[in-house]
Amino acid sequence: MSGVRVLVGTRKGAFILTSDGKREKWNVSGPHFAGWEIYHLKGSPVDPNRIYASQTSGWFGQVLQRSDDGGKTWIQPGTPPGEQKGPGGMPKGESNKFVYDVSKETGKPLTTHQWYDGTQHPWEFKRVWHLEPSLTEHDTVFAGVEDAAIFRSKDGGKTWQELSGLRGHGTGPKWQPGAGGMCLHTILIDPKNPKRIFIAISAAGAFRTDDGGATWKPINKGLNSPFLPDPGAEVGHCVHHIAFNGSRPDTLFMQKHWDVMRSDNAGDSWHEVSGNLPTDFGFVIDVHAHEPETIYVVPIKSDSEHFVPDGKLRVYRSKTGGNDWEELSKGLPQQDCYVNVLRDAMAVDSLDSCGIYFGTSGGQVYCSPDAGNNWKPIVRDLPGVLSVEVQTLR
Amino acid sequence: MIRVVLPQHLRTLAHVGAEVQVDVPGKVTQRSILDAIEVQYPMLRGTIRDHVTLQRRPFLRFFACGEDLSHESPDAPVPDAVVTGTEPFLIIGAIAGG
Repeated sequence: MSGVRVLVGTRKGAFILTSDGKREKWNVSGPHFAGWEIYHLKGSPVDPNRIYASQTSGWFGQVLQRSDDGGKTWIQPGTPPGEQKGPGGMPKGESNKFVYDVSKETGKPLTTHQWYDGTQHPWEFKRVWHLEPSLTEHDTVFAGVEDAAIFRSKDGGKTWQELSGLRGHGTGPKWQPGAGGMCLHTILIDPKNPKRIFIAISAAGAFRTDDGGATWKPINKGLNSPFLPDPGAEVGHCVHHIAFNGSRPDTLFMQKHWDVMRSDNAGDSWHEVSGNLPTDFGFVIDVHAHEPETIYVVPIKSDSEHFVPDGKLRVYRSKTGGNDWEELSKGLPQQDCYVNVLRDAMAVDSLDSCGIYFGTSGGQVYCSPDAGNNWKPIVRDLPGVLSVEVQTLR
Repeated sequence: MIRVVLPQHLRTLAHVGAEVQVDVPGKVTQRSILDAIEVQYPMLRGTIRDHVTLQRRPFLRFFACGEDLSHESPDAPVPDAVVTGTEPFLIIGAIAGG
């Protein structure tokens, strides 16, 4: 029987929510890694029981966790209990060792990026924001990190190597942190061409590789950011999230700091599709699993408030790929609600009736089993939600 | 044996109680204690000090015998009471919140 597994990262641990295909009754497991910030969890499309989790802390830094049994048990890759030492007495596992590649052979010099005050600031690793398992290779997984860079592991998360061509693009001194830090938060692997990967950085913009990560190019033409000296600059844009439907990977949808954008040529150019949204600021954006022109956003009031407008939690859906948006609020709080929905906190399942999920800064995780028409909270009182992913289990 | 007290989250990561004991060969310093901790508990590598620079993470402090050793040289000898195992070497997370 089909079912879903919803992976929720929060400010104080991870939670796993499971249900059958009806998505009415839920089992809640957790907190896993209680007390730690869990920026992201994601399951492998190759092996759904393999789940990666980014466990992070201002005190203790980054830890990588992996489950091979659907989230029941976890290990730090390379350091399973009872096998903690390598042949030389030192640890095998370097699952939390993210070191920028500055080697002559494969690396790039560790340059500076722009700081909040406009001065230059050295690159410093802080945490993993997003984990993206390979679509085809069991042990390959990508990590988007702060300060912005992309890493790849080919051994299930034990060791990590930077794909330094991105940071070495040469525009780094123009990249700058958003309010959350200078994070690489979006990784999309083209299912039709695994050598093509899209990434996005706040605040540098979107980039694409067509050679498996060796070289990257900015894909920000058409973006307009009034806070930049040159609003149409090649880089420097605060892209909040990008999504696509895997059946049409050349059509990308972007929630930018302001503006909802669309590209039909794999990011070579973008045009705005904010249309009749009450505000074109927001963080999440996602695409229906079966209808590539049906997209979802949660408008947020900005710039200083960062909660939903008018005390009402509303998802907006466009069935026309943007511009014409309808309000979806049935089952969502319509008064005295002041939550935010962060950039990685929306996901869709691929059951016949597409389920939409999102989590809030107030700790609610909502599910609509009918593509957004009706919503119910799965849980109401988790710690603030940082990320939501869903696995469709068949 | 050197006694080391870990903060709560690191106990969970390492599957240990509040206090662990490590054998530190040679001169006992902050560095040699942390080296020994990381050999015995490799999952703690990178959580107490940076992988590459080996600098103490900024929100962690080291204490022993009522003294703050955080800003001592990592290669300076620790108090004799730590070396003899009379007193533990304390790794403490900064207190956050009000």
